Amino acid sequence: MAGAKNHDYHILAPDIWPVMGALSALIFTTGMVFYMHQDTMNGWQVILPLGIAGLIATFWGWFSKVVNEAQRGDHTPVVQLHMRYGMILFILSEVMFFVGWFWAFFDFALFPAPLELISEGTWQNIIGQDGAASVAVFPAEGIHVIDAYDLPLINTMILLCSGTTVTWAHHSLINGDREGLKQGLWATIALGVLFTSIQIFEYAHAPFGFGGVNYTSAFYMATGFHGFHVLVGTIFLIVCLRRAYLGHFTPRQHFGFEAAAWYWHFVDVVWLFLFIAVYVWGGWGAEVH
Amino acid sequence: MATTADTFQAHDDAHHEHDADHKPGFFARWFMSTNHKDIGTLYLIFAIIAGVVGGTISGIMRWELAEPGIQVLNMVAPWLGADPAQIDQTLHLWNVFITAHGLIMVFFMVMPAMIGGFGNWFVPIMIGAPDMAFPRMNNVSFWLTVAGFFSLLFSMFVPGGIANGAGTGWTVYAPLSTSGSVGPAVDFAIFSLHLAGAGSILGATNFITTIFNMRAPGMTLHKMPLFVWSVLVTAFLLLLALPVLAAAITMLITDRNFGTTFFDPAGGGDPVLYQHLFWFFGHPEVYIMILPGFGMISQIVATFSRKPVFGYLGMAYAMVAIGVVGFIVWAHHMYTVGLDVNTKMYFTAATMVIAVPTGVKIFSWIATMWGGSIEFKSPMVWAMGFIFLFTVGGVTGVVLANGGIDDNLHDTYYVVAHFHYVLSMGAVFSLFAGFYYWFPKMSGRWHSELLAHIHFWVFFIGVNMVFFPMHFLGVQGMPRRYPDYAEAFSFWNEVSSIGYIITAVSVLIFFANLVYAFTVGKKAAANYWGPGATTLEWTLSSPPPFHQFETLPVIEDHHDYHDHLPREGDAKPVTA
Repeated sequence: MAGAKNHDYHILAPDIWPVMGALSALIFTTGMVFYMHQDTMNGWQVILPLGIAGLIATFWGWFSKVVNEAQRGDHTPVVQLHMRYGMILFILSEVMFFVGWFWAFFDFALFPAPLELISEGTWQNIIGQDGAASVAVFPAEGIHVIDAYDLPLINTMILLCSGTTVTWAHHSLINGDREGLKQGLWATIALGVLFTSIQIFEYAHAPFGFGGVNYTSAFYMATGFHGFHVLVGTIFLIVCLRRAYLGHFTPRQHFGFEAAAWYWHFVDVVWLFLFIAVYVWGGWGAEVH
Repeated sequence: MATTADTFQAHDDAHHEHDADHKPGFFARWFMSTNHKDIGTLYLIFAIIAGVVGGTISGIMRWELAEPGIQVLNMVAPWLGADPAQIDQTLHLWNVFITAHGLIMVFFMVMPAMIGGFGNWFVPIMIGAPDMAFPRMNNVSFWLTVAGFFSLLFSMFVPGGIANGAGTGWTVYAPLSTSGSVGPAVDFAIFSLHLAGAGSILGATNFITTIFNMRAPGMTLHKMPLFVWSVLVTAFLLLLALPVLAAAITMLITDRNFGTTFFDPAGGGDPVLYQHLFWFFGHPEVYIMILPGFGMISQIVATFSRKPVFGYLGMAYAMVAIGVVGFIVWAHHMYTVGLDVNTKMYFTAATMVIAVPTGVKIFSWIATMWGGSIEFKSPMVWAMGFIFLFTVGGVTGVVLANGGIDDNLHDTYYVVAHFHYVLSMGAVFSLFAGFYYWFPKMSGRWHSELLAHIHFWVFFIGVNMVFFPMHFLGVQGMPRRYPDYAEAFSFWNEVSSIGYIITAVSVLIFFANLVYAFTVGKKAAANYWGPGATTLEWTLSSPPPFHQFETLPVIEDHHDYHDHLPREGDAKPVTA
């Protein structure tokens, strides 16, 4: 068996980043516990930023290596195919993650709890008591919802538009137009940042707080995790833009870019479901802010 | 090799770079591994350690349950900072043991051993691949599992409500896990699931990519060994089920710490929603724990019957069917939460459907043995024990599938007996079968076949003594998850606890066998099971070279599914 390899698979040298990444993840989750229990564990707040730093360092170090390997030519056609499979499967698992949040949302929306408004922002579950049926609405009485056809509609347009700009960048890349690639990426990133900014504005001016009732819990966690994915997708696109300036990617080989584009489209589709289910359908009949 | 221009190998000389059996130094090899066999070994060692921890906890529980009353918990309470004089704290410790035993055995013993250990070791080899598709990601999957284990250990030493540790059960049901358990212990336990789950999702993408994309020339999907099929189906279950669990336990975290009301009725939330989300993951999870075992049993039964497995395609697609139907039966874990009758009827019917592909597997294993030239080597003995005992567990599963009967048996020891027959005897018997089947291949040294047989018989008697009486206790109405019980239940509980001692002795025999193998064990040949063993790992030396298949093997058309290039001394391939 001794001898050079006669296949196109990628045999890797030992690497420190996986164990560093897992250690950082453990430090991060431990730090989260200390952060969430500041009342009893006040002296240990340094752990959380330490874990986050470790995770950022891991992503930076690990993906830098992958990029270097790509530039060195280690990513043969079959290895690129691996990455396509890997990315599709990763996105599939992300879809199932959002299934969990939508499941909670539809449970609350389709089987509304009889919440009686006691005072502004306080409810009481009167299940089994007189009048329960009349207050079993979703969102619960007293919740003012965000107008779906205001900023959320604009955000929908922004994300749909960003889907076209990322395709503009892709087609430019395929046709050897590097300037078009950069312009398309700049536009996509700008739209992504705009989306996130509007979302932050919307949260800051929302007519309801974070927790306390099922509608706001599901609303913030579902849109919040989507927002986090937009942030990750934007960073992914920024990395691609940087690589475009460094002269990476060829018209034939640019899976790093394609993965970012796939991820971006996935984030886009999740938003469409959120817009239709949570903002339009979910706020139906409630008082609009 | 073109891929070694890395800082850690930059100083290696050219001679080493071209040696397929060159291994990195100790730290690089075991902490920075990108080698599927080394990572598989790490998983197996980790699973054995976790199994000892989880088994010790069950020993304390059986000791307590040996007779009515509380006599052991108050002795061990000080270990975990509980006050023995406070009965509530002592009883909380029981819940902590229940929780830790369940989580450890599921996430840190069975799954790492089957998928991480044997899957890593033999999936690439059986499809004729040099390694996994993503060798670096393979390593982070392992270390995330270790990180999860540590997070669970942390949880045992911090406050979890009444005393230290998470006492929620492995299902982490709300509201016990939310408003019912203040303090950081439950958060540590939940994050333990996040970490282990992330590792498993990454591992699942790795296995699916490897199996779809790295099969050797000629190795079509319908020629893949059944063990590879089993890991493929398992990986899809992991990929689709675990993210839903991640969402559910993230809701627990925000309900506990950030004021959301997903599971709090006061804010319109729904505790039953948690159970739906959990079991949408949890039911596929039980197939995740048994499917790779099915795969190993298929390999072993065929090897020691010297016949190709009966009904290969039926066996492969039975696993696919179990995987698919496994996603739409989850609420049979929730018959007593107040589901309406129609829902219970649906879940009863759908659950019973699973018995059909499972029956296909049982009967095909028996048909494989039928007319075969059977050798009762240790893996075969364990495999036959598996078939018998898994069938017992499967049959009680059909009983429990009935919503009406489950109204009586829910949360009794009958359920405990059922799932331990499919896990402690199904999954664990297949693990030991696989272990003795492949141990000489992995280590290059022979275990003692005599000790392996003694291990089998002692373990067989032990676990049956532990778990068979639990059927009686359950039918008599003894509830799960209590450290004390009425006098009437004492006889069968005592029998069960004696069974634990026998089981523990058999585990010592297992370790003695490992010591034997590594001290005086003979060197193992490439194909030490002879002509019945026909998959690709038997074409390699024992242990295989550090990097195998630097020239990919070619699988020829006319051979049977699990056949490969003929070798000298091979039995004549059986033509279909």
